[in-house]
Amino acid sequence: MTAETHKKPGLETLRAAISRLEGQTSRKRATLPFGLAEIDRRLPGGGLTLGALHEIAGGGNDALNAAAAARFAAGIAARTQGQVLWIVTVADLFTPALQQVGLPPSRVLFVESGTDRDVLACFEEGLRHPGLGAVVAEVGRLTMTASRRLQLAAESGGGIGLALRRWRRQRDAADFGQPTASTTRWRVSLLPSAPLPVQGVGESRWLLELIRTRSGESADFEVEVRNGQAGLRIAGSPDKTAGAEANHGDLASVLGHRPAPPRTGRRRASA
Amino acid sequence: MLAADRAARKSGVVIGMPVAKAQALIPGLAVQDGQPEADRAALERLALWLQQRVSPIVAVDASGKSADGLVLDTTGADHLLGGEATMLRDIVRRLNGSGITARAAVADTLGAAYAVTRTTPGTAIVVPPGEHVATLADMPIAALRLPTNVVAGMADLGLTRVRDLENAPRAPLVLRFGPEITRRLDQAYGRVEEPILPIRPVDPVAVSRNFAEPIAAAETIARYIGKLVPPLCIGLEERGLGARRLDLLLHRVDNAVQAVRLALARPVRDPKHLLRLLSDQIETIEPGFGIERMELIAMLAEPVERRQQVSSLIEEPEADLSGLVDTLANRLGSGALYRVVPVESDVPERSVQRVPPLAPIQDTTWPEGWPRPTRLLPRPEPIETMAMLPDHPPVFFVWRGLRHKVKCADGPERIFGEWWKGDAELTTARDYFRVEDTSGERFWLFRAGDGEHGETGSQRWFLHGLFA
Repeated sequence: MTAETHKKPGLETLRAAISRLEGQTSRKRATLPFGLAEIDRRLPGGGLTLGALHEIAGGGNDALNAAAAARFAAGIAARTQGQVLWIVTVADLFTPALQQVGLPPSRVLFVESGTDRDVLACFEEGLRHPGLGAVVAEVGRLTMTASRRLQLAAESGGGIGLALRRWRRQRDAADFGQPTASTTRWRVSLLPSAPLPVQGVGESRWLLELIRTRSGESADFEVEVRNGQAGLRIAGSPDKTAGAEANHGDLASVLGHRPAPPRTGRRRASA
Repeated sequence: MLAADRAARKSGVVIGMPVAKAQALIPGLAVQDGQPEADRAALERLALWLQQRVSPIVAVDASGKSADGLVLDTTGADHLLGGEATMLRDIVRRLNGSGITARAAVADTLGAAYAVTRTTPGTAIVVPPGEHVATLADMPIAALRLPTNVVAGMADLGLTRVRDLENAPRAPLVLRFGPEITRRLDQAYGRVEEPILPIRPVDPVAVSRNFAEPIAAAETIARYIGKLVPPLCIGLEERGLGARRLDLLLHRVDNAVQAVRLALARPVRDPKHLLRLLSDQIETIEPGFGIERMELIAMLAEPVERRQQVSSLIEEPEADLSGLVDTLANRLGSGALYRVVPVESDVPERSVQRVPPLAPIQDTTWPEGWPRPTRLLPRPEPIETMAMLPDHPPVFFVWRGLRHKVKCADGPERIFGEWWKGDAELTTARDYFRVEDTSGERFWLFRAGDGEHGETGSQRWFLHGLFA
């Protein structure tokens, strides 16, 4: 016992009690940065918290197909370590595209499930498993209770949980406004690409909305996705985002091929 | 005559006919002596095979005149095999493949399924739940597993259909023909339970427990499962085996047997893992008036192969997913879990193949450099377009009732048919375009055909995928 702890024993116990009530230990959680200063600055801890639930939905017409949202989720999953469990309801995910985002087929285990109930059960089961880097599940309705369970499961397992919100009908997409226990909530909408000087399709451009983040503020980003590779960059200011020397090569590695960050925090969390 | 093949039956041979008469009917008829013992042994082998593949409760059906069929209790087993109809078709196909002509039916009761297999044309018939009453009504009485003289006697009385028998007063019939007749009728209609005593493999690793008082509560069942699993695992360990299929048989007070089956991706003898999987299934058990005997059998056991773990100081060993795979597969069915491996094909829908989740991981990849959509529609959807021939992308297209004006496009990427797959693909081609509409949405369109030659395709346009 040091003199310091003798000084304010009441405060220490109070802190411990509060952290117990919050259902999580006071240990700092490891995060998974995007590698884009603009985005990471807005996220508490400098990135997406590992061992937590994050929600991603498509905006506009993409709410039903969730193509951009799936690609965004795949980019995040690709940067984790270990196997990825991907739970789908409709088997229309095209795996060659995942490989182009940096998620090779040898890393993904697919589960196809017909009902939301089974999806959520598998999602929870996967999140509890300590060996998975990320669990992605395509879910429609997500209640507060269900998301709370998932969040707790993610905390115990340590992998990142990505709820890819996908609805059968456009009007069900209003469900995205309902509160859930997820740590962050993203909406990915497609924007028209910047015109090229020659004929052809330019790099696709997304409006990335950080709608909600626990202990942080929401923000909008306009990002460009590099074709054929997995990188993101802030649209409009292509070469100034991550410092003057940030060239295309660096940025291309932002989402996909960057080696995962040191996982010391994760180790402690699972100790 | 005990049995005849299709050709013989066509020429007029009837089961039960004297051999001399049949030989007179068809000169040169090949006759073999009946071997009821060998038939029975063969049926039992078949039953064991079905027990490993389909359902834990399988028995040789000797309730008819002779042992000429197999009965299975498929409750709870069908959803793991893709539903009742798929399961039946699969069984019949596999039996046909090994040279056995088989007919199969699923119904609510054993009696109804027996009657349907022997009277209704077709090889795989599913009688929907609750419809066995209507199905049975029109059946001939002979389908009820009654002795021949009883059937003939009832025909004398003018009773030929099951419906007639059902509507006739019972007491006089029982007085005349014995109680067998009403028992079979009630069994077929499901008014009397008809337990199936399952066949057992030779010398399996099994443990069982009898209860002085029947048990029914979920917690009690869980506790006794917990007591059965460790001795089973010890038994498996003594033989150096691990369970691939594990059956929990619950013998109820009313003589019915319930079964819980676990399928495991790898041979397992870890008590904790097995206990967890069994506990997940407790909610599916219907204890009825109580369970008086529990039996845990390793129906299919295989040697456990020891693998060396990576013990490097730096690298973390690859996590073992077989536990997770087992849990998910026993919940959803084994077909629901898969990995995707590349196939060398340029046709998008053929370039992916599903493999079992624990198949050895290959390092093959798809060729890089060609943009591929995130979502590929299960089948290409026809769209209405306007495009300049031969190699221009559409100016606009209408998909699912929405009109998209194309802002820019990349293409064409021509993909030829695979001529080695069949003559139809000898000349076909698809021209793929990646287009972006004015709102920024990106699609993968193709034209069936090269835009010039009619034999390359219909020249119609389809939407095949969505980019992001």
